[in-house]
Amino acid sequence: MSEIFDILLTASFWAATIRIASPLIFATLGELICERAGVLNLGIEGIMVIGAFTGWVAVYMGAPLWWGVMAAMTAGMVFGLLHATLTVPFGLSQHVVGLGVTLLATSTSYFTYRLMLPEVTSPPKIEPFQPLPIPGLSEIPLLGEALFSQTALTYAAFVLALVVALVLYRTPLGLALRAVGENPAAAAAQGLSVTGLRMGAVIVGSGLMAVGGSFLTLSAFSSFFFEMVNGRGWICIALVVFGAWRPGKAVLGAILFAAFDALQVRLQQTGIGAIVPYQVFLMLPFILSILALVIMSRRAEVPAALMQPFNKGER
Amino acid sequence: MRLEPIANPSLARRIGLPVLALAMTVICGSLLALTAGADPFDTLRLIVVGAVGSKFALLETLNRATPLIFTGLAVAVAFRARLWNIGAEAQLYAGAIVTVLIGTGATGLPPLPLLLVTGIAAMFAGAAVLIPPVLLKTRLGVDEVVTTLLINFIMLLFVSYLLEGPMKDPAGMGWPKSTALAKEARLPRIVDGLRLHWGFALAILSAISVWVIQTRTTLGYEIRAVGLNAKAAKFAGIPVNGVLVKTALLSGGLAALAGYSEVAGLKGHLSLDLSPGFGYTGIIVAMLALLNPLGVIPSAIFVAGIFVGANSMSRAASVPTYIADMLLAIALLFMVLAILLTRYRVKRG
Repeated sequence: MSEIFDILLTASFWAATIRIASPLIFATLGELICERAGVLNLGIEGIMVIGAFTGWVAVYMGAPLWWGVMAAMTAGMVFGLLHATLTVPFGLSQHVVGLGVTLLATSTSYFTYRLMLPEVTSPPKIEPFQPLPIPGLSEIPLLGEALFSQTALTYAAFVLALVVALVLYRTPLGLALRAVGENPAAAAAQGLSVTGLRMGAVIVGSGLMAVGGSFLTLSAFSSFFFEMVNGRGWICIALVVFGAWRPGKAVLGAILFAAFDALQVRLQQTGIGAIVPYQVFLMLPFILSILALVIMSRRAEVPAALMQPFNKGER
Repeated sequence: MRLEPIANPSLARRIGLPVLALAMTVICGSLLALTAGADPFDTLRLIVVGAVGSKFALLETLNRATPLIFTGLAVAVAFRARLWNIGAEAQLYAGAIVTVLIGTGATGLPPLPLLLVTGIAAMFAGAAVLIPPVLLKTRLGVDEVVTTLLINFIMLLFVSYLLEGPMKDPAGMGWPKSTALAKEARLPRIVDGLRLHWGFALAILSAISVWVIQTRTTLGYEIRAVGLNAKAAKFAGIPVNGVLVKTALLSGGLAALAGYSEVAGLKGHLSLDLSPGFGYTGIIVAMLALLNPLGVIPSAIFVAGIFVGANSMSRAASVPTYIADMLLAIALLFMVLAILLTRYRVKRG
């Protein structure tokens, strides 16, 4: 047990936690926006892949880092538009379309990567976002290194969480969005465009998922690998449930989850890691996600019209 | 726009739209070939020739279709009851693990009983992997899509642990794979000299059995009723949760047979690359078959043909093999749209 306390007291552990949480925060907020409007977006896993790939490829070809983020977001929005068109006006199964979008976005990334770099064995690197210590704040012991010596993209993730929360709960747009996710018929009777709002939510949400993916290549790893998203999208879907569809709680969930992830990596280096096979540590994030779903299952805060298509003609 | 139901869709509509979906997929494939700087007609021809152009190619396609028939059936059975089993990959590996456990042990059984016992044990293992998420769904309302997906990742790590630990082949030269199956635990070839094993026959038999269950038994009727409208089914006195658990047993068992057939029929041992996503591809197979168990057979052969054909094509032309995955994703999305449009008309306003 003492090993765990030693790890918890290091600044590098908390810095890693915040770093690991950042892509999850982007993608979880993206999924949350979709689901709040009533659409389950299982395209998330593939959209994160296309975001990771597009962001990396743009920077690799010479674009500035922020342009890479924008390119990733645009790619995500294109796949979001595809998902939205099929699931909102056409009302097709959100499960099937989502998985189809994940497969299409993933294979498009891999296809293009192979087309551009046919013979490469070790993936080329780019110069990623560098830590940007905030003057003053970054000098606070422990907290400074953990919270205020991160990259700009990490700060952006936390600002975004605030913005999403404000828009959802303090603006007419947020009210409209929640209305179409809870009771689309009533929202339509108020003169709101259910189709427009839902499509907008899916497109914007998908853009954010792609930014989450681009964090992996532009801020965390500096190269694009196959399988690099490795289930993070599915974990974000669990985080939305864990956060009871609220941005603040979802961010807390992502940080808690990231802390476990950072902890398991460090525990592998200790005496515990010598006894327990490393696969058990790697399983922990997925087991925790399932546990989170089970713990939160009793709370009935699901958007009431989640996964229910809305067709004006029908009653 | 809004959708207006069509009372009696014409035959032309019901056949024409799916054909149009496939045609659109071919067009997209041609565009992808052009993007890759290859001749579209040449690329398509190479895919077809690579899939069915020779006896070797055809047998390769049928071999690749075998696990896809099993996972396609597993998905078709589950989706029919609106049980979203995305975990066929994990269930496949559960079946494979059990096949290796029994097949490498000294059971002393003669081949036929041994193969039967192994197959049944594998099915139970696959079902056992799907039951927990289904119970979480029926008891606590936890969405099974996410849990079955997450279990896939856990299972792959578990297999990795087994292959580096308890099940490691001491003669594996550091490559993580299990000890090979005993000869009597292997599924023999259907015809001597032809590279096609009895797993294929078992897959066809399974498809027919599932079709019989779905169309000729009470369980099949209940599964359809639950899938069409769970509330109405409950009102009509159908034990919805019980039906879902039975569906899960069948679905998980079928997916596990894919692992059994790959290990006992094709590979002879367990490795981490046993399944290049057969569980996920099963979803495409099932959807293209419109969830019809007999339709799963041609659908799986078609999907397998695209993979085998694209593989052989990419060796000749400069088009990456991932074109196969892209084409299948495009075919899936066009197909679900086409099927919707056979039943609904798009109206303005």
